[in-house]
Amino acid sequence: MEMFIFILAAIASVACCLMVITQKNPVRAVLFLIMAFVAQAILFVQLSAVFVAALQIIVYAGAIMVLFLFIIMLLNLRKDEFGGDRHPFQKFAAVALAALLAFELVIVALRDGSRSPSVSLPENFGSVESIGEILFTKYLLPFEATSILLMAAILGAVVLAKKRLDD
Amino acid sequence: MEFPQIDYVAILPEIIICGLALLIMLFAAFLPRDRRWITGHIAWFGIIVASFAVWMNWGTDTRTFAGMYSIDLFSSVLKLIFLLGSLLVVFMSENYIRLHKLEAGEYYALIIFSLFGMMMMASAADLVVFFVGLEIMSVALYVLAGFRRSDPKSNESSLKYFLLGAFATGFIVLGIAFVFGAVGTTSIAQMFDPQQYTLANSFFYLMVGGGLLLIGLAFKLASFPFHMWVPDVYEGAPTAVTAFMSSGPKAAAIAVLARVFVVAFGQHITQLSPMFWSLSVLTMFTGNLIAISQTNIKRMLAYSSIAHAGYMLIAFATGTAEAVNSVVFYLLTYTVMNLGAFMVLLVVEGKEDGDNEITSFTGLGRRHPFLGAAMTLFLISLAGIPPTAGFAGKFFLFKAAVAKGQIPLVVIAVINSLISVYYYLRVVVVMFMIDTQTEFRPVSYPAFLYVALVVAVLGTIVLGVFPTSFFPFDIPLLASGR
Repeated sequence: MEMFIFILAAIASVACCLMVITQKNPVRAVLFLIMAFVAQAILFVQLSAVFVAALQIIVYAGAIMVLFLFIIMLLNLRKDEFGGDRHPFQKFAAVALAALLAFELVIVALRDGSRSPSVSLPENFGSVESIGEILFTKYLLPFEATSILLMAAILGAVVLAKKRLDD
Repeated sequence: MEFPQIDYVAILPEIIICGLALLIMLFAAFLPRDRRWITGHIAWFGIIVASFAVWMNWGTDTRTFAGMYSIDLFSSVLKLIFLLGSLLVVFMSENYIRLHKLEAGEYYALIIFSLFGMMMMASAADLVVFFVGLEIMSVALYVLAGFRRSDPKSNESSLKYFLLGAFATGFIVLGIAFVFGAVGTTSIAQMFDPQQYTLANSFFYLMVGGGLLLIGLAFKLASFPFHMWVPDVYEGAPTAVTAFMSSGPKAAAIAVLARVFVVAFGQHITQLSPMFWSLSVLTMFTGNLIAISQTNIKRMLAYSSIAHAGYMLIAFATGTAEAVNSVVFYLLTYTVMNLGAFMVLLVVEGKEDGDNEITSFTGLGRRHPFLGAAMTLFLISLAGIPPTAGFAGKFFLFKAAVAKGQIPLVVIAVINSLISVYYYLRVVVVMFMIDTQTEFRPVSYPAFLYVALVVAVLGTIVLGVFPTSFFPFDIPLLASGR
């Protein structure tokens, strides 16, 4: 049963991601991205990371994707604004190289995959409490530094978006 | 629940730099528009204070934040290089911002944020810390590249850099995930420790993770085949930002490459060596051969920076501590001479937009001998001709490589240096041998830019003549910890 759900969610995730990059209509692409996030949330649940799965749904599928949709609709892109393929060769090269990378990853997974250790999880793994604890003890520095990252990103967004005051 | 021990004295430089960025933002918000140039002075003053803090911690050898942050000689030396580079860039920018009417406060704040990210990368003893540092550095740079918002080229530069940089970030995250899956930790020190290493000894996963990490880092380093973005981004970005981009992030990427591939994966460095070998050779040839055909000086310097990334990779094909030490010295010399070349470019460029053709240097040497002489010095240093800093940098690097038996690689690197002499000296020829009939465009003499220029000239000469008296060549690569 577990295996069945995993295969279903994994296929859904990959298929939705493929749809995201092949869809011409950006709104559809975003909707497929939401589906991909939901499929990945299921994978997180299977890994006992319940809290991360909930965050995945609330933050990514919920908040961020709504922003994406808003912006795409505000921009009101027409079909012809996407432009054609100027480098048809590039597409083939990209597909070929991506396939090569995927092939390598599959080989490694088949070769080494069975040897991955099964670690017994601690009591409250994946709970809000344990994640909070690890964020404020072991991962205190990256956690705090992320606030600097957000500050830099906000400053950058304001600089690029505000209207020009001189000239 | 136990909070980790934090050594506040050891991380004082980071605290100062971080506070400095926030302080500049506050000043930018409350100062009237015509007095925002003050933020530039706060910036350089703060950088000097932070440099003293690094100096104060010189002998420190410790890991703090639950072992995630390593303050040691290696990171201190790199931090001084970053601080020096940023200081010169702040000096260079003062006049540029005035001429192009850029928002001074935001500009300096982003430069300082980027500097903070680099310092985190230099001290990171854990892949998660390295990743956050990388993102802070990159996000600030993406915005800085597009800082001239009315210039479509600058917009293009920013967008290209952002999209490709975000793509590279994806590889780095996937790489970290694979490495974690293979060894069960993200800590660089624990990966190095053989006891921890056998936890889940999955060599192939580790190599896949390492390969993906290398792709992301090679992008930041501008190494072949991830160099395509460099010329367009460098050309479009504001010149002062291009100078910053071509020195700082490269040095930070080298620091992480050293910590990850020479320290953490140290046991496998002989297996990794051929990969770095071919990357290095291809990068050198790509950079040098394409640079020959460039007519725009910013694009030429962009390809030259790709070529220098190739020289730097020699250290990782060699993989010894000595090679890494000499590549850090190389970074110092590259920072000084490369920023110097960009300073002259800034003076010559003046207020003109986008005219960076090599022909705009025609007659510079005759009309403005100091500028011409300085540019010549930087260019022959970039080409690696004695007695300049560039020669000393290459000398120690090649020496370390020969000591490990990488003679064919060094021969190829020397051939490449000879190729590079051609396009560097072409600028010198244009400056001195060809005289303009018309008067050379009047050049302004902004004080701060000239201070920076004099520092760069002195640095290029002194590092070339007395390299060993200013640089410790026996830096251990990771704090031993308590």
